[in-house]
Amino acid sequence: MNTLNHSNNTPRLAGDKTPFLSRMHEWIATADHKKLGVMYVTTGLIFFMIGGLEASLMRWQLSAADNTLIGPEEFNRLFTMHGTTMVFLVGMPILLGIANYFVPLQIGARDLAFPRLNAFGFWLFLFGGALLYFSYFGAQGLYGMGSAPDVGWFAYAPLTERTYSRGHSTDYWILGLLVSSFGSIATGINLITTILTMRCKGMTLMKMPLLVWLMLIDAILIMIAMPPLAAAQVMLLFDRLMGAHFFDVQGGGSAVLWQNLFWFFGHPEVYILILPAFAYVSEIIPVFCRKVIFGYPLMVAATVSIGFISLGVWVHHMFALGLSPMVNAIFMGSTFLIAIPTGIKMFNWVGTMFGGKIRFDTPMLFSTGFLAMFLIGGLTGVMLATVPFDWQVSDSYFVVGHFHYVLFGGLVFSIFAAIYYWFPKVTGRMLSETIGKWQFWLLFIGFNLTFGPMHVSGLLGMPRRIYTYQADRGWELWNQLSSIGVLVQIAGVLFFTWNVIRSLRNGKKAGPDPWDAWTLEWATMSPPPEYNFEEEPVVYSRRPLWDLKHPEDPDWKYE
Amino acid sequence: MSTLNASKSALTPPEAKDQSLNSGKCGMICLICSEITFFGTLLAVYLFYIGKDAPGTPTPTEVLDVSVAPLKVLFNSIFLLTSSIWITIAVNCLRRGKIRQFAFWWLLTILFGLEFLVGTGFEWYGLIAEEGVTIRTNLFGSGFFTVVGFHAAHVTIGLFLLTLIFILTLCGFMHKRHAEKVELLSWYWHFVDGIWIAVFTIVYIIGR
Repeated sequence: MNTLNHSNNTPRLAGDKTPFLSRMHEWIATADHKKLGVMYVTTGLIFFMIGGLEASLMRWQLSAADNTLIGPEEFNRLFTMHGTTMVFLVGMPILLGIANYFVPLQIGARDLAFPRLNAFGFWLFLFGGALLYFSYFGAQGLYGMGSAPDVGWFAYAPLTERTYSRGHSTDYWILGLLVSSFGSIATGINLITTILTMRCKGMTLMKMPLLVWLMLIDAILIMIAMPPLAAAQVMLLFDRLMGAHFFDVQGGGSAVLWQNLFWFFGHPEVYILILPAFAYVSEIIPVFCRKVIFGYPLMVAATVSIGFISLGVWVHHMFALGLSPMVNAIFMGSTFLIAIPTGIKMFNWVGTMFGGKIRFDTPMLFSTGFLAMFLIGGLTGVMLATVPFDWQVSDSYFVVGHFHYVLFGGLVFSIFAAIYYWFPKVTGRMLSETIGKWQFWLLFIGFNLTFGPMHVSGLLGMPRRIYTYQADRGWELWNQLSSIGVLVQIAGVLFFTWNVIRSLRNGKKAGPDPWDAWTLEWATMSPPPEYNFEEEPVVYSRRPLWDLKHPEDPDWKYE
Repeated sequence: MSTLNASKSALTPPEAKDQSLNSGKCGMICLICSEITFFGTLLAVYLFYIGKDAPGTPTPTEVLDVSVAPLKVLFNSIFLLTSSIWITIAVNCLRRGKIRQFAFWWLLTILFGLEFLVGTGFEWYGLIAEEGVTIRTNLFGSGFFTVVGFHAAHVTIGLFLLTLIFILTLCGFMHKRHAEKVELLSWYWHFVDGIWIAVFTIVYIIGR
């Protein structure tokens, strides 16, 4: 029978006097999924601050008409680096880091299937990111001072060809992303293998926690969608360095082909980023509503169909390109189709909350925020999927507002929910609830103040990526509101930083299971020992800890 | 905390079956899947550009030689594809513990793979030095050298790993118990061969 033992819940390293260099060596040489998970999330958060700084500078520039704070060249670099950083160096590492840490724990495994490949993947990501940022110093090469890529995060050809992009900034963009995406592919393969082959006794596929299911589909999308990006980038690199003609329009190449290749990766990438958000709230909402997740099999089916459909919607990024009406209509249809499984998920989360004993602790607060904000982002998404509407607002601030509601209101809110939820497990200490609530409300208000008005300025005709605008356009008020919102958000992020530092030093001791939760990670001590579980757990239902806590009324009787 | 011990349950839970599978096999299948999407993209681009070159530049029909002469592409392809048979025989020998036979068939696989690589080298030499077709010439050149080049790079990686195993065999480190891991490497080699069928069909049959 099962003996989940956590009598010893003092952190292993408490009062540890290991010298600094030895501790550093332990982190750098590690292949442990938990240490790598922490390193992924920490570096992701650092890049989040950098990307946020870039965004703040852009908002500062746009806070007044005809502003001259930042010139057009630097503005181009800022939005390129902001977008690239947030997608590849913030979203990807944080989602891979949380999966790294909690997938093995939730399936009762000792580590990922290939621990050294896992470490390799992390270091590829980190050095890829470093390579991208080194462009600020080295990108122009012999042409003079260095500077960052300025071709936008989707790097449309032929702007990226040698003729138009001198120096090496675009090469740094290609190589930095190539290196870090190889790391992501490696970790994706690692996660698939871990989930499919290393589940503990009794955990059939339909008994896996939803986080594990969603990360499985996520990792499959990484495996399918990232190699095409690598192939496209390699072709672009050959164009630039060896004179090939793939995307070089003078040589007969096709700029439209790059758009197709990029978005064939780019749209699944959006789902690669948002599926983990779904995963975190699917774990958090049931625990804080004291109910099982509503419609588990449907959640799984919806996840699989989202993964499948997301591979066939990419042309909706290219409606304004003038492809045939038939192509546009087909992709409009497939894009509408993806709203169905996403809607099923929304209803299931609300259904879980309905009639539950809801505890509004900070993780739940952020999850609820996620539901509301992601709903808005989803609805503007359906609007944008409609071809005639998209023609009106394509490449305007409406689009910027839309995808920030999805990726900030959706992904970042759920990441904060996940951090508040799992911080006690990782560190053994609780984050402060008071500061957490301050952070949530500041971020929530600041976020809506920043990105809400963007819909209006977009409908008023303000194109994205412009570095300034004239005063008589009627855009100034909306831009000023957006810029003020950034200040509020910065305050929110500072509260978060303060909370982490404060709680690491003297936060409340967490104990193994502070939220009275049900998945296996809460069965071991906080922080978990290097071996995770003293004995391999055995599970009989989707909520193994419920079964242990309520032997008279176990879940497996009903599943 | 003994209160969390399920043995106190009055009810008997259903039997919990072992869920573990072979990680190596699953990982290798995933790697091959991701490689297929990589090559799939390159090949889709190649297909897209067939016949789109400006008139007057070299076309595949003019410069690609598909006769059965030695060291030409058809000849090389036969060597590469048959090497898949030899590697299967080799793995079977290792599984039965016949190390000397394993070494023989393994070496044959390496030699056949090497012939393919050398043949590709001669083909490239002919194209570059005699026909004057390079990656810069036109769309065909860009696509051809990228697709065939990436395939050749994968053959090279495969040959490097095969040679490593061969050296380990000569040093007496290979045993029956390694058959499963060696089989994974043979899967990679089969993948390299399988992709070549796709490359050959698109570049040398459809593309001409």
